[in-house]
Amino acid sequence: MGKAPHHLHRFHGGLHLPANKTLSSGSPIRALPIPARLVIPLSQHIGTAADVMVKVGEPVLRGQMIARAQGYVSVPIHASSSGTVVDITDHLIPHPSGLSAPCIIIETDGKDTAVDDTLSADHTQLDPSELRNRIRQAGIVGLGGAGFPSFIKLNPGTNRPIATLLINGAECEPYISCDDRLMRERAADVIGGAAILKHALNATECVIAVEDNKPEAIQALRDAIAQRSVSDFAVVVIPTLYPTGGEKQLIQVVTGREVPSQGLPADVGVICHNPGTAAAVHRVFALGEPLISRIITVTGTGVREPGNVEVRVGTPMADVIAACGGYTDRAQRLLMGGPMMGFAVGNDATPVIKTTNCLLVAGGNELPLPQAPLPCIRCGACVDVCPAKLLPQQLYWYAHAKDFDKVQDYSLFDCIECGCCAYVCPSHLPLVQYYRFAKTEIWNQEREREKADIARQRHEYRLFRLEREKDERAARLQQKQAALKTAKGETTAEDPKKAAIQAALERAKAKKASAGVMPKNTDNLTEAQQQAITNADERRRNRDSSTATRSEDA
Amino acid sequence: MLFPVFSSPHLPAQNNVSRVMGEVLLALLPGILCATWFFGWGVLVNIVIAATTCVAAEAAVLALRGRAVRATLADRSALLTGVLLALCLPPLAPWWIPVIGSLFAIVIAKQLYGGLGYNPFNPAMIGYVVLLISYPRELTLWIPPTGIEAQHLNLNLSQTLALIFTNSLPAETTIDALTMPTPLDATKTAFGLGQTLHEIKASPLFGHFGGVGWEWINLSFLIGGLYLLARRVISWHIPAGLLGGLFLIALVFYGSDTDAFPSPLFHLFSGAAMLGAFFIATDPVSAATTPRGRLLFGAGIGVIAYVIRTWGGYPDGIAFGVLLMNMAAPTIDYYTKPRVFGQSK
Repeated sequence: MGKAPHHLHRFHGGLHLPANKTLSSGSPIRALPIPARLVIPLSQHIGTAADVMVKVGEPVLRGQMIARAQGYVSVPIHASSSGTVVDITDHLIPHPSGLSAPCIIIETDGKDTAVDDTLSADHTQLDPSELRNRIRQAGIVGLGGAGFPSFIKLNPGTNRPIATLLINGAECEPYISCDDRLMRERAADVIGGAAILKHALNATECVIAVEDNKPEAIQALRDAIAQRSVSDFAVVVIPTLYPTGGEKQLIQVVTGREVPSQGLPADVGVICHNPGTAAAVHRVFALGEPLISRIITVTGTGVREPGNVEVRVGTPMADVIAACGGYTDRAQRLLMGGPMMGFAVGNDATPVIKTTNCLLVAGGNELPLPQAPLPCIRCGACVDVCPAKLLPQQLYWYAHAKDFDKVQDYSLFDCIECGCCAYVCPSHLPLVQYYRFAKTEIWNQEREREKADIARQRHEYRLFRLEREKDERAARLQQKQAALKTAKGETTAEDPKKAAIQAALERAKAKKASAGVMPKNTDNLTEAQQQAITNADERRRNRDSSTATRSEDA
Repeated sequence: MLFPVFSSPHLPAQNNVSRVMGEVLLALLPGILCATWFFGWGVLVNIVIAATTCVAAEAAVLALRGRAVRATLADRSALLTGVLLALCLPPLAPWWIPVIGSLFAIVIAKQLYGGLGYNPFNPAMIGYVVLLISYPRELTLWIPPTGIEAQHLNLNLSQTLALIFTNSLPAETTIDALTMPTPLDATKTAFGLGQTLHEIKASPLFGHFGGVGWEWINLSFLIGGLYLLARRVISWHIPAGLLGGLFLIALVFYGSDTDAFPSPLFHLFSGAAMLGAFFIATDPVSAATTPRGRLLFGAGIGVIAYVIRTWGGYPDGIAFGVLLMNMAAPTIDYYTKPRVFGQSK
């Protein structure tokens, strides 16, 4: 490359975890057969779910848009293969809640006929806004796991110039090797996609950061860069340390800059994308293919033939496992994602979606069920490993006590839920679970408060409106009366004396009413009665003042 | 196929409280052996009595509270409290001394506050201070360490047990002949009599840089402490703060008058300095919990210990320093929150 070695930085804490990647990283990517049924959820990304465009019974083609984006933070969904829509219904989706959500169910015809290509183009001939539009139309979201619509990240705004496009090839979670295999086998796609992203962002440089435990991927990427002979691309080898693949941590390692709390990478001139996303973008422009398949790692001792497979979005997990030799007798738990940040899937009828990077079938005691927790002994092991430099033990204490103000004082929302604290906790506290609970509670409270605010505003406006209507009615009445008077003629106006008397009477009446002067039953009293009242008043005053003194003494 | 669902992370935790406490107990071994070498069987007898009482008291209270007795005892924290308390006591203290101290430590200072994790004060130090205030005579009855041959009287195990449990001495010995003040105590008394440090140091109680025996005991606890640091059972902040604070304030006064104040090294290797720095002040439950806070917490103990040793009414001040700083720990934590990633400096 001829470039000076990149100066790296370090983030606080982190863990050296057993990698367990060789279980799946050894064999090349295999394309899985198209399943008989595809279950395609309408919400596979962060943001609003897509809006169904097809009807039950309608034939669809591979790559055909079947649900359109709704609102800004949303992307369309495409049919992963050709076939017929057989149902549009609620189905299990991969989500920590284990709940169901609307899905389009397609019975495939096995022909895999593609729809007409409207996406492929020479990206250098398109301006950034058209690039973003096509990336959106292709349904591209972050494939690293979060699923944020990629086109939004390509539009950081004119006031935030982007110096660095950072391709996050760290893949720091144990077990997962899909990015590793992708970078090894399809380095040219990754670099090609990165070039498109860089073009769309008008970034100065592109840095591809890869952990030093993936030497083959690093070499493949370097070769691909050399082949394209681009000078502003660099592969940076970073030390293996969990969670270096966290966006904020990676940016610090590579640039030394800290993304501000509650801020975005664009605030420090960086945009991060996953290599899988880059490769998907490449396929959009080179092949005209929207996001209908992805590479996932199927691993763990609970599956017979671990490896990396290319799967159509919507394939039920059971079909994926079956195509990987099926479960072993030891299969005990099914996770989507890695063992640190992934979530448990309760039922393997759940489909693979755009953000499914790994299916981990833990066997035997590979990932044992949690032990009974002991009280926190405040040892601070969690403080030492927290990459966000939080005080997890204090967060736990206040989350446990449901003190949601205090927990925010301790910056709960800077927690990235990496799980380092829970991993080192000698008391086996499910710390991350407590933080999620507190976050959810706070969000709920906020929503409730917003609702209450709206309700209150509505109520106040209603009162205001009723008042206004009353005033308006009164005004109308007055107008009418005035009009009536003028219509009646000058007869009443002729007698100004009478009017003046009437007005004076009314003024006096009003004055009396406002002063609150009312006749009392104490108006006509005898002298003895008056005396008794005065005495009583005197006694009461004395009692009051002595009570006041007593209470002051107390 | 259906699977159980649990929250992430799914990798099993690597550590457990039982192991942490076990490591601490292991790290105490060199100090215990060394103390036994210099002060005889009494050290071990104390440990056995205190540890047994602590574990029994913990079990009894847990049973009363309706908690899982066996599972909780497995955390070994009660055992550790007993051993730490015993190491602070004079080797020939009557049997009821460790018993009362242990009961107070476990029942009052620990379980009444809610057990492990909820006690605001270090249980072992509460037990020790209760004894120190209530039974000052028994708590100052130290015996001369091996090495001071002129006055040394070597009690065998059965003689030791007889003295501890039935208060019967071997023939032709008196308790006065058996006892001798600790170097810290002797120094304080001598300064009170107007002697200079030079004169005091001439006494046979003093060794290379601390008291005879005591310097080796402290060195053994230092070695154990370094083991805990290497094993990452404790963080360096509290020991560094405590020893640094003690050293610095001792240095200032020693520097102002080398004849009126003992050297910093004497302070570091006397009394409970090393035991306190690595094993007692580092009790995480009652200590400060932020990194900077721990440094301050340790320094506070060091300074308070020095003040009490030099001008206070007790020969050593580590225990009081620990308890006073326990009180300050929540406040220290509040003011020493680290800067969170991405938040302004």
